[in-house]
Amino acid sequence: MFILGYKLPAMSSLILWALLWEAIGRLELTFFVPAFSTVIMTLIELVQTKVFQKALSETAYAFSVGIGASVLIGIPTGILMGKSRLLDEMLLPWVNIFISAPLTALVPVLMVLFGFGTKTIIITTALFAIWIIILNARAGVMQINRSLVEMARSFGAGPFTAFYKIYFWAALPEILGGVRIGVIRAVKGVIIGQLLVSIVGFGALFELYSSNFLMAHFWAVLLVLFTLAFAIAEFLSFLERKVAFYATKR
Amino acid sequence: MAISQTSAQPLASTADIAVSVRNISKKYNQTEALRNLSLDFPKGELTSLLGPSGCGKTTLLKIIAGLLDANSGTVQVGGQTISGPGPDRAFVFQDFALMPWANVIRNVAFGLELRGIAKSEREAIAEKYIASVGLTGFEKSFPHELSGGMRQRVGLARALSVNAQVLLLDEPFSAVDEQTRRKFQEDLLALVQNESKTFIFVTHSIEEAVYVSDQIAILLPRPSRVSEIIRPSSFRGKSVDNIRRDPEYLDIVDQIWASLRSYVE
Ligand SMILES: Nc1ncnc2c1ncn2[C@@H]1O[C@H](COP(=O)(O)OP(=O)(O)OP(=O)(O)O)[C@@H](O)[C@H]1O
Ligand SMILES: [Mg+2]
Repeated sequence: MFILGYKLPAMSSLILWALLWEAIGRLELTFFVPAFSTVIMTLIELVQTKVFQKALSETAYAFSVGIGASVLIGIPTGILMGKSRLLDEMLLPWVNIFISAPLTALVPVLMVLFGFGTKTIIITTALFAIWIIILNARAGVMQINRSLVEMARSFGAGPFTAFYKIYFWAALPEILGGVRIGVIRAVKGVIIGQLLVSIVGFGALFELYSSNFLMAHFWAVLLVLFTLAFAIAEFLSFLERKVAFYATKR
Repeated sequence: MAISQTSAQPLASTADIAVSVRNISKKYNQTEALRNLSLDFPKGELTSLLGPSGCGKTTLLKIIAGLLDANSGTVQVGGQTISGPGPDRAFVFQDFALMPWANVIRNVAFGLELRGIAKSEREAIAEKYIASVGLTGFEKSFPHELSGGMRQRVGLARALSVNAQVLLLDEPFSAVDEQTRRKFQEDLLALVQNESKTFIFVTHSIEEAVYVSDQIAILLPRPSRVSEIIRPSSFRGKSVDNIRRDPEYLDIVDQIWASLRSYVE
């Protein structure tokens, strides 16, 4: 964005929105929206507390294990589905059902099965993330140039070598796209899981703040979560751009 | 056939046969791509497979490469019956088949990488072949930064660097421009002379086949078969500049066109 010939740094429009928020807060229109500066002050205090740090580490743990499992299982599964007709026909209906299913409704069942703790939250996170990762890896493999596979075979690559030297790299742009969307969905998954289980991580904090009408705290936590989710998504688009040079030239 | 009789050299004896194709048949569902095809490829020579579109040239080449299984028949390379791809054969692809995520040197060294050769060693070998195809200075470039002709040089260097006895080329020059193509043809002639390898070369171009080949196998469809084998003789030893003016060259081009004409719709 340019103003009077000066190039403004990226996202400087956010300043405008923060000012608007501040104004609404100062006007004291509703207790629900405290001033932006109050929220920021609360945030600075909050991040130093043990409760917050515990919540953050619990969330980060559940999130990274959930995402890790989705990536480690999802990518090979997707690649194998793209390679094998039989596997594809067996698994694709399930993937399609789960990707469009309202997974939130499944969380109570998971709670019964896996208890009211971190395990349920990890599984919820993985369930939110994995399907799109599978589908994208599969799509990446299906568009692969046949002669690239023949090339590897003709120079002596076995199925396993071809898998990680050709299929994985050829599908990498799609795979990363899938992981990015998967991560965004996993943020939803981990928070929804925590809210429903409501005694772990940020779920417990939200519960505490909203039942005690601590709106500044509530917004501060929300702000942290939004920023983290956005930062992760941006980092993954950055990785995606790194392979974009060959994504269009395959 | 008048021209076939003018061939001075007799057909090579069995010891000099690098690749021997015996009674190969191949069906794709309903399409009969090859029927009972037999053909010998003499060692150290370049044999072209020439024929109308869809007559099974690519199919035959891929069967020799071990990338496709025939329904019946055998392929022998160096006297051994093959059962899949092997280090004795290297393939050059029509669409280059370069890995877009890897730079030139890694692409060229890829065959060696798959054979488990250490990085420094395989890059030294790759370096040598990159130089021999005239791409020195482009080692760190990526395929999308190269022209079509340069990409095919990379494909050629990759095939050469594994030092296979038989090189299989499926219309390698069809995706490059006419001038590059002529340069490639001259380079190919030099390569056949210097490398003592056996080349099996698929092409659509009659002129190209006659220009570069020691032996031309004309394939015809419906049913697919080798209809004729032509061995140009008089101009093979001449310098590259004089081939296209040689009377035998012109005669063979005309004769091949006469046999193929009726198959072109
Ligand atoms: N995978 C396949 N499935 C079914 N039919 C095929 C397949 N590949 C080739 N064919 C058929 O087999 C026949 C021979 O094909 P092939 O590609 O070997 O011909 P070609 O001589 O290389 O043709 P071109 O000169 O156009 O490259 C054609 O009729 C083609 O339609
Ligand atoms: Mg072909």
